[in-house]
Amino acid sequence: MSEAHAEPGFWRKYVFATDHKTIGIQYGLTALTFLFFGFSLMMLMRWQLAYPGEAIPILGGLLRDSWVDQGAMLPDFYNQLGAMHGTIMVFMGIVPLAVGAFGNYVVPLQIGAPDMAFPRLNMMSYQAFFIGGLVMLSSFFLPGGAASSGWTSYAPLAVIATTGQTFWLVGMVFLIASSLLGAINFIVTIIHLRAEGMSFFRLPFFVWSQLVTAFLLLLAFPALNAAAVLQLMDRLAGTSFFLPSGLVVGGEQAAAAGGGSPLLWQHLFWFLAHPEVYVLILPGMGIVAEVIANNTRKPLWGYRTMVYSLLFLGFLSFGVWAHHMYLTGMGTTMSTFFQTTTMIISIPSVIILTCLLISLWGASIRFPVPMLFALAFLPMFGIGGLTGLPLGLALPDLHLHDTYYVIGHFHYIVAPGTIFAMFAGIYHWFPKITGRSMNATLGRIHFWPSLLFMNGIFMPMMFEGMAGVSRRLFDPTTYAHGEAVHGLTMLSSWSAWGLALAQIPFIINFFWSMRKKEKAEENPWQATTLEWATATPPPHGNFAEPPVVYCGPYEYSVPGAERDFCPQYVKQGV
Amino acid sequence: MSSVVIPYRVKPHPLTGVTSGKLGIWLFLASEVMLFGALFSSYVLLRVGSLPEHWPSGVEAGLSVPIGTFNTLVLIASSVTMVMSWASLKMGNLGAFKRYFGGTIGLGLVFLVVKGFEYGAKFSHGIFPAVGWPEVSDPSTFNALYFTLTGLHGVHVLLGILVNLWLLLFGVAIWKTEPEWFTGRIEIAGLYWHFVDLVWIFLFPTLYLL
Repeated sequence: MSEAHAEPGFWRKYVFATDHKTIGIQYGLTALTFLFFGFSLMMLMRWQLAYPGEAIPILGGLLRDSWVDQGAMLPDFYNQLGAMHGTIMVFMGIVPLAVGAFGNYVVPLQIGAPDMAFPRLNMMSYQAFFIGGLVMLSSFFLPGGAASSGWTSYAPLAVIATTGQTFWLVGMVFLIASSLLGAINFIVTIIHLRAEGMSFFRLPFFVWSQLVTAFLLLLAFPALNAAAVLQLMDRLAGTSFFLPSGLVVGGEQAAAAGGGSPLLWQHLFWFLAHPEVYVLILPGMGIVAEVIANNTRKPLWGYRTMVYSLLFLGFLSFGVWAHHMYLTGMGTTMSTFFQTTTMIISIPSVIILTCLLISLWGASIRFPVPMLFALAFLPMFGIGGLTGLPLGLALPDLHLHDTYYVIGHFHYIVAPGTIFAMFAGIYHWFPKITGRSMNATLGRIHFWPSLLFMNGIFMPMMFEGMAGVSRRLFDPTTYAHGEAVHGLTMLSSWSAWGLALAQIPFIINFFWSMRKKEKAEENPWQATTLEWATATPPPHGNFAEPPVVYCGPYEYSVPGAERDFCPQYVKQGV
Repeated sequence: MSSVVIPYRVKPHPLTGVTSGKLGIWLFLASEVMLFGALFSSYVLLRVGSLPEHWPSGVEAGLSVPIGTFNTLVLIASSVTMVMSWASLKMGNLGAFKRYFGGTIGLGLVFLVVKGFEYGAKFSHGIFPAVGWPEVSDPSTFNALYFTLTGLHGVHVLLGILVNLWLLLFGVAIWKTEPEWFTGRIEIAGLYWHFVDLVWIFLFPTLYLL
């Protein structure tokens, strides 16, 4: 038995690791780095928006000549920053953090498994993600710069763009491969490796959210893979799948065989990208559910309802993609269908959010740092969701499409929504991963300014959007309606830089807590789920003895029990 | 290899009735269905949006139905030998397995060689995926799709051949100690091979006959 749990050597342990915990940490650190990088790109863009044409302070002199002119940003560079900000945040930041890091680390522990079902496949997923990330980043140093056609890479603009777009497509193929392998691994792990007694309705809600997310990744990503292959053919082999006849580029008619369709790209892209939106939010909801149940000290209200809503939401997310395309002239029949499904899909999201809200009712709530972030998630996600309704209906979308309103809407979901959920997860599971607790005071200094600045960034965007400011403008003050709301733009920019400052306590806390001597308790949050049943940090193979599960995941404050929590792995006195 | 023992590698799980590897390959094939499904959908959308005179039938575009039929038969035969090789393992006959499995690899190579000659004939007639190249005689989205779809399918065949070669030359080493595990691996390779075969069964009529 001792040999079966032998600790692997240095390379196997840290670089070519097959242990899900190490891979989870690799994903987490890489993704946090990418997130910070993607955020930095946005801080540069906010300078151009707030002070158009003025030299960027400090950094302006350091950037390459093809990026800045005497310190002031060039339009091409602005476009690269925009496209890469979106790509990095979505595909290299949030998804790897939510699925790769939290999913990898927590799911096998919560279901009582020794590891993922395919440990080497897991390692390859991380490597593919890492290579894809490097390809994406290296494209900044190409002669024509990085991809600059938006994170959506709409044709025909992306087809005739510079080499950076080819790198974007190749990088994307790697990121897609990584997600596909990961998704297969998660599904098999959750179905096959649950501990004895861990029936499906005893799974923590977080595991359910990862299971549905994995199915979305598995079935939605291939569409973008197909689209990437076709666009690569257009760019490299001279086909014209996405090039319409009669397209004039630089005064010359582009060669096209006839019958090429730019709309085809949009259909394929959004067939992926709408389920992708749920990939961004579901793991966040899962983390918030865990943290809320733990800190309200009572069971989640309507656990089964939440699970069924989650399944319905996952299923329906494949039937709403064209609500991104009302303005393409695809016709009223199509628009009617997709606005109907879009209205329907809002129902399960509202059910989940309502269940989480009602879970708070009548509880004696504890307010540690993860709970603050989890509680802030609820209204922030609520704002994001409700502002989405006008976009889901074709008529108001005519006015709001491609304005800052859209930016404000989905950032409310992923920034103060998902990213806050990620912070909740980091503060919540940090004692499990490192054996040390994060400092609560620094955590509060991190939380309150972050909440303030998040709203300072995104709330003004709603008004800018309603005023008609387009999301892709290099210099919004060239238009009178942009000039009129320039004060709001300034507020947004200053809040973005403030948000960066607000992350300093987090970064200090993160590294300082890791090194401090004082150890955390074995189960500092008095939680019920299986990840707290093993040593901290968990050894290779996770559990000394395979755990047995006796009850549901949220048995808090059970009447008559000795303590206010009954862990899943402890048999209650009969 | 990780020293941690992961259950259900060899024995089927009571809930699903399959091993982890087999469940994994079914999920992978589900995502492959979505990949080729997206490409077939693109075919439909591009064809519907194209003028009829821009969309030749397969024969008009110079595809040879007899050669295509021959290749279809080659792939079907390779799937049959695949099943036979797995059945041989089930009966404990390693020699028969090697002959049948080698036959699958050989037939896969025949398919690719024939495909290569078909491509060569196209190129010599000035038919390329591209438009706007000086040497292209008759640009059409049909030709572009033909090269893209058969090319992607060809990559799948090639990957299958490489994996099968590895199993035949090196993977077979575990047969002595863990015959059940190896038989499971051959079944998984077989499922993938049948899927690749099936894609061609759809590609052939779509490109050559319609």
